[in-house]
Amino acid sequence: MWNDLVQIGIVLLILFVLMVPMGKYLYIVFGDKESKLDRIFLPFEKVIYRISGIRQIEEMTWKKYAVTLLAINGILGVIAYFVLRFQGGLPLNPAKIENMEPSLIFNTITSFLTNTNLQHYSGESGLSVLSQMLVITMFMFTYAATGLAVCIAFIRGLSSKGRSIGNFYQDWLRAHTRVLIPLSLIVTLTLVALGVPQTLDANVTVQTLEGGKQTIAMGPVASLESIKHLGTNGGGFFGVNSSHPFENPNVFTNIIEILSMWIIPASLPFTYGRMVKNSKQGWVIFGVMLTIFLLLLSLVYSQEKAGNPAFNELGFSHNQGSMEGKEVRFGIPMSALFTSVTTAATTGTVNNMHDTLTPLGGLVPLSLMMLNSVFGGEGVGLMNMLMYAILAVFLSGLMVGRTPEFLGRKIEAKEMKLIVIALLAHPLIILMPSAIALGTTLGTEAISDSGFHGISQVLYEYTSSAANNGSGFEGLGDNTIFWNTTTGLVMLFGRYISMVVLLAVAGSLITKQPVPETLGTFRTDNATFGTILIGTVIIIGALTFFPVLVLGPVAEYLTIR
Amino acid sequence: MKAFRMSLIMIVLCGLAFPLLMTGIAQILFPKQANGSILYNEKKQAIGSELIGQSFKNPKYFQGRVSSIEYDANGSGSKNYAPSNEEMIKRTQKDAEKWLKDHPGKTLKDVPLDLITNSGSGLDPHITPAAARFQIPKIIKANQGKVTEQQLEKLIQKHIEDRNIGVLGQPRVNVLLLNMDLQKVIQR
Repeated sequence: MWNDLVQIGIVLLILFVLMVPMGKYLYIVFGDKESKLDRIFLPFEKVIYRISGIRQIEEMTWKKYAVTLLAINGILGVIAYFVLRFQGGLPLNPAKIENMEPSLIFNTITSFLTNTNLQHYSGESGLSVLSQMLVITMFMFTYAATGLAVCIAFIRGLSSKGRSIGNFYQDWLRAHTRVLIPLSLIVTLTLVALGVPQTLDANVTVQTLEGGKQTIAMGPVASLESIKHLGTNGGGFFGVNSSHPFENPNVFTNIIEILSMWIIPASLPFTYGRMVKNSKQGWVIFGVMLTIFLLLLSLVYSQEKAGNPAFNELGFSHNQGSMEGKEVRFGIPMSALFTSVTTAATTGTVNNMHDTLTPLGGLVPLSLMMLNSVFGGEGVGLMNMLMYAILAVFLSGLMVGRTPEFLGRKIEAKEMKLIVIALLAHPLIILMPSAIALGTTLGTEAISDSGFHGISQVLYEYTSSAANNGSGFEGLGDNTIFWNTTTGLVMLFGRYISMVVLLAVAGSLITKQPVPETLGTFRTDNATFGTILIGTVIIIGALTFFPVLVLGPVAEYLTIR
Repeated sequence: MKAFRMSLIMIVLCGLAFPLLMTGIAQILFPKQANGSILYNEKKQAIGSELIGQSFKNPKYFQGRVSSIEYDANGSGSKNYAPSNEEMIKRTQKDAEKWLKDHPGKTLKDVPLDLITNSGSGLDPHITPAAARFQIPKIIKANQGKVTEQQLEKLIQKHIEDRNIGVLGQPRVNVLLLNMDLQKVIQR
């Protein structure tokens, strides 16, 4: 028990040390001032601007910004479609993988397009080496960069004046050249040193000790592994993702992977604090995220540690905790922490099987994805949390009867309408399709465990899609036209509705005349506001999702206890 | 047009240049790890990967964890059973009873849980030290006197990997490495 807490504590401590400097670094990268970084990166970026035909960095309105973003996303999607459709005949296909089927391509492309990385194929048998690199690895960079760019643009809307929220090309390119690529280089090589393969061979066949044959699949794993976590993407090289010993061979790689997916979402609040010129704002947001995170982490840890109730009932030992679906090298603490971080940061990589988590343990990843704002995916998590913050300001304003302000800008009907759209879209695209899937045989056929757990499986699949997480209760037989299409649509809506809507909010706020701060101003940089914000997030989340959680995990818990 | 050109550049940069450059550097700096940490026997034949578990059906050897894919490392996975799944509960009970045959007087509570549960990847190379020790009676019986309890205990002791830097991770035994040493003893 104490050892477990020390292990988790060490990882948290490393995060605390890294996050503030990282937040500052991101602030410099996306700031409009010249910096020392220009000397290193600008010559390289200039080449890319020149080849792209971009002569000058123009200021963009939120509409222009959104259109450029959607255009680039669309173009990449189309190119990736052709690579997957014809991968069988393209080079770098040592394992002779066949072309992918269209509904699965639609699902795969939207999945990576939206930074969800839900995988209805299995990496070992469904993708050529070329596809793993050109489609999957590429998408992981480009879409993480998109999320980061949008988040920065959104904060600019809250913090600056005028009409422009920045230039998408510049933000997007810098997210690559100054953040994701350099970090990936370091992480990739560290992972290889610790045992993760990086080769162009697809497999090795060995003669086992007992004289049998074992074919061991491998490939350029480490390069994908690094950006998979740094970009909070989560799509594994292998079917079982980071529980595969090649993706995550030991506790050190496990910690590196946890920190890789956590560091950018955790440092963005500090970037935000700097951009709005009040670092306390950043600390409040971070504090709220950390509090909710720790509450849920302790639930999943204690549940898994206590063991599977069904086993305990029969008289099995529970001193190892629930080990079905987990790896010995990680044990309970490193599995529970990984599960919480991957669903908080909506990465979706897993180092243990979430379907096999104990009922209340499984409630935790579900809840974190439903909240979708506790750290959250690259950029979008902070945006969602700020959306809640505006909502909290609005609610507080209603209670005392005055016009709500956030960062010196009046929050009025237009912003609130937009925010309500974003707020309602998330539960709507989870609960509606879950109801449809549970009501039709097309959906229920895929369920592998009857009873209440089946409801959790369906719910998890759509929650994961909507939150652009991508992990799954993998017992679900989800590679069918029905599931590929519905989850594909949910992922698209989950990604782009809130992105565009929140950009519109930023576009509206940026044109407002700042209101001077007075004694009567409702402060958003202290513990009181932090508490209100925690309350807002939890109450909204609970009101929306509690009924369905009762039908799934809670009912399962009560029946096997 | 600008968007199209920039997309193409990023595809080449992130999708080709980055992984290929990384492969090149990794192959030069860390050739063993980059190629899957393959283990060789005295005759220089590849017999497995240090990181990937192997199936051991022969009772003369230590067994690894349950694997629904029979340690087929060309794929990966497990059954994703729910905690309440009856098939899983039945499988676990059956396995536990099989192990208990070698341990008269012991009960379900004494069977190390990692030995009778399916790992997440189906390729877990490790078991806990307790799970290794639990197999000693079975291995002595199957090898008909070629190996003693002390020898096995010593082998296990040699292969216990403790928590890293004293606190991180779990104490564990790599089954393949352990069996490679065991093979040397029983084939003498």
